[in-house]
Amino acid sequence: MIPAIRLEGVAKSFGAHQVLADISMEAQQGEVTCLIGPSGSGKSTLLRCMAFLELHDAGSIEVLGRPLGFAPGPMGARIRLPDGDVAQVRRGIGMVFQQFNLWPHMTALGNVMEALRLVLRLPRAEAEARARANLARVDLANRAGHYPAQLSGGQQQRVAIARALALEPRIMLFDEPTSSLDPELTGEVLRVMRRLAEDGMTMVVVTHEIGFAAQVAQHLVFLEHGGIALSGPPSEVFRRPWPPRLAGFLEGYLDRGAALLLSGR
Amino acid sequence: MNAALLWDSLPSVAAGFGVTMLMWLPGLALALALGLVFALLRQYGGRGVDAALGLVLAAVRGTPFLIQLFLLYYGGPLVGIDLDATSAGLLGLAVYGGAYYAEIMRGGFAAVPRGHLEAAVMAGLSRAQTLRRILLPEMALLILPAAVNMAVVLMKETAVLSIITVPELTMVITGIGSSTFAFTEAAFLLALTYWALTEATGVAGRFVERRMAQVRLA
Repeated sequence: MIPAIRLEGVAKSFGAHQVLADISMEAQQGEVTCLIGPSGSGKSTLLRCMAFLELHDAGSIEVLGRPLGFAPGPMGARIRLPDGDVAQVRRGIGMVFQQFNLWPHMTALGNVMEALRLVLRLPRAEAEARARANLARVDLANRAGHYPAQLSGGQQQRVAIARALALEPRIMLFDEPTSSLDPELTGEVLRVMRRLAEDGMTMVVVTHEIGFAAQVAQHLVFLEHGGIALSGPPSEVFRRPWPPRLAGFLEGYLDRGAALLLSGR
Repeated sequence: MNAALLWDSLPSVAAGFGVTMLMWLPGLALALALGLVFALLRQYGGRGVDAALGLVLAAVRGTPFLIQLFLLYYGGPLVGIDLDATSAGLLGLAVYGGAYYAEIMRGGFAAVPRGHLEAAVMAGLSRAQTLRRILLPEMALLILPAAVNMAVVLMKETAVLSIITVPELTMVITGIGSSTFAFTEAAFLLALTYWALTEATGVAGRFVERRMAQVRLA
């Protein structure tokens, strides 16, 4: 099976500041891949490169075997692929943001229906039925008529998940989906994500929820200073003795207990 | 106070009020449309258009409306722009208001969170769809209070149109003042009328804002 996402030598700088250096990794279909690491380690930028929201400066990214954004050109040069091609590759990808990014002037239902109508061009009744089914999938069937401002953060994030799911992507990218939520609202979002994982959705998740990563991920990537410091299944990455860098990172977490408990999985 | 004099001229005052409304509301609509065109040109027209238009609009905002009207109405014929008073007044209001609305809308566009646009990109919306369905409505919500404010400013600026002989409220009432010598009463009535219009606009604006409260930026 071809990997869902494959990165080869990806690098990215913002001005003089190199954020990612020579990243090569794969996210397999049907698996949950979690990107963890201290803030500033480049994990969010890496995820955004996978959606071509950031353009990688070097290397190549393939989504389900198709080049994303750039194709190899003559003599090692690369050719920028047309926007239409990028949009087509993106169709396989759904994205969930830290800040939810719901459109505030549309109800929950409207947010989920929008692309079904405009992009997939579904008839209204069909789009609405599919949107409602996806809201039900994130336990928000009874909030369809609410505007984002009338929903809690956890509910907004679940609407955002439904909005992405409704387009039936083959890969879901999550960029710190619970980082702007109160702790008591984190659980409801993680519960939905866990369920998605159990259904076999391919997921790449940037997260600070080490417990979630340890329990749900098949593949863990620990980033540091823009490079991959460790990667593998959680049982391997969390196996003691921890390398000093990982130990320093994990000990910074309140929930490091969860990682400790699960390190023997 | 000689209120009876003013009472007798009520029909002509009403006619003047009508002309004021006929200048203000269409002028406002044109100003909004022109402002949007200017703002979009500055956003998508490239660097040269942005810089040139920015300069012109700054000049419009930086000079008194009175002078602009003078130049347009009395100076226009010299360069082949020969408009009657009403058309010149409308055009003047549209350009003057448009220059301000362009700036207000530019700020509004810039304040739409980038993430909302990234969400549109990831949902597969085209640039045109994103503009129409996401960017424009969110911008409109953001600028609502400033836009209402500007509408009131434009309403008061219609008084300046009397200078180019548009028979609107100010012209009518000052005319009554000079023929009856009740200048103070006329000026008082005039101020009262504009203030009432301002308050009415404010009430309408607050009503819309309340209706929009549920869709405020989360």
